[in-house]
Amino acid sequence: MSEYVAVLMFILAGAGIVLVTFFMARMLRPHNPYPQKDINYECAELPVGSSWIQFNNRFYIFALIFVIFDVEVIFLFPWAVAFGQLGLFALVEMVVFILILLFGLFYAWKKGVLKWV
Amino acid sequence: MGLIKKLPVYAESMPGGSLVLTSVEAILNHGRSKSLWYLLFGTACCAIELMCTGASRYDFDRLGMIFRPTPRQADLIIAAGTITKKMAPRLRRLYDQMAEPRYVIAMGGCTIKGGPFYYDSYAVEKGIDHIIPVDIYIPGCPPRPESLLEGCIHLQEKIRKERLRDWQEK
Repeated sequence: MSEYVAVLMFILAGAGIVLVTFFMARMLRPHNPYPQKDINYECAELPVGSSWIQFNNRFYIFALIFVIFDVEVIFLFPWAVAFGQLGLFALVEMVVFILILLFGLFYAWKKGVLKWV
Repeated sequence: MGLIKKLPVYAESMPGGSLVLTSVEAILNHGRSKSLWYLLFGTACCAIELMCTGASRYDFDRLGMIFRPTPRQADLIIAAGTITKKMAPRLRRLYDQMAEPRYVIAMGGCTIKGGPFYYDSYAVEKGIDHIIPVDIYIPGCPPRPESLLEGCIHLQEKIRKERLRDWQEK
């Protein structure tokens, strides 16, 4: 239990440092906004249009697939580090895990989501 | 609104307040003078000398000067090179986009008075002090890196003499 008190102290100290620094910066910095200052930085050119650029929503499926395989890599690294102790069982488990994800990828491929229409 | 504008008013009405005021000033000025991050703004041959000053032989970093590619993070704009009439509004815009406190160094003859283009050019701005307020002028065509370093040291001295009271008007 006492180890968690140390963690709590670290969290409180970390949050406190951030809050105190932001408060001090707010108190001490000059504050002088005006329209020419507030325009977007576009290499000193006047910005064209809004900075709220809309990405095509077809990117969403790529992002989703990317996240899945990103998570797979996160699982793979600790597995690879501890592979020496884990033995054959872990290898089979990981192959099954990768196969399940590959099946998902092939499913998505077959459904045509990887094709850019 | 920051405390910084009201601090001189409050502090001087309290006993011992001026001591607090001068120490806050000293700390702020120390921090500002020793961490002048400059905007990458090179428009002509002076920029080559600026690059040379930033490289290992002259080592700008030892003055706490690090280049920033955006005016939002820059304290200082070193106008290195000829400013044409077409570039002038861009220079003004970059200066406007920097956060206070902001400082300007006019590097080289072109930025001071048009330099070699003073007589016969219709396209060159004859001095950037027509566009933005300049803190330090560094003559030369282009100035050697030693001159630039000396100019920056002069700017640091200038910043160390700043008073909080001056900020009220800005």
